[in-house]
Amino acid sequence: MMLSHFSAVLIFALCASIVFGITQRTEPRKMALFAGYCFILFLAGTMLASWVMWLIKR
Amino acid sequence: MTTHAENPPHASGKANAALLLGWIIPGAGHMLLGKWVRGALLFAAVVTMFWIGLALQGKVYTPNFGDPLDMLGFAGDLGAGGLYALARIMGWGTAPVQVALADYGTKFIVVSGLLNVIAAVDAYSLANGRKAAA
Repeated sequence: MMLSHFSAVLIFALCASIVFGITQRTEPRKMALFAGYCFILFLAGTMLASWVMWLIKR
Repeated sequence: MTTHAENPPHASGKANAALLLGWIIPGAGHMLLGKWVRGALLFAAVVTMFWIGLALQGKVYTPNFGDPLDMLGFAGDLGAGGLYALARIMGWGTAPVQVALADYGTKFIVVSGLLNVIAAVDAYSLANGRKAAA
């Protein structure tokens, strides 16, 4: 299997967010909101770290 | 997380069963408690991560007392329970890691085990009343 770095991040973030959402909240609506929040944080954090590494390399 | 102060947590047989079953089969602890959708989502998330890790030619750690990171990797992998046992029985994840994607795969496998432990403990908390069941 071949994955791009971004697709690997997407899959990782999706799976981890689902588990975090279900386990860290009690109501279904709050679970979905927290899962979405985690997903966005995963992606934003990765992109931010990527740009920081790009700047360090320059 | 909401807790029930009036019902002090206690380890019942069902709670222990949910913990053990949830560890062996991802999401099964929640299914035992009648939380079918949550159990199915947890199963899909953990199994997908584990399977993608293997498909990326990630390494499945074996018991070891060498490098601390290898020992931690084994502890993480062990969290996947039945999936880890299946991988060892089938001989999956034994190829040496040679490319960056395979290293990603190794991390996917470790994290799937850690997520499975979180899910199993959540099932335990639901069963013994420590976490409110909605």
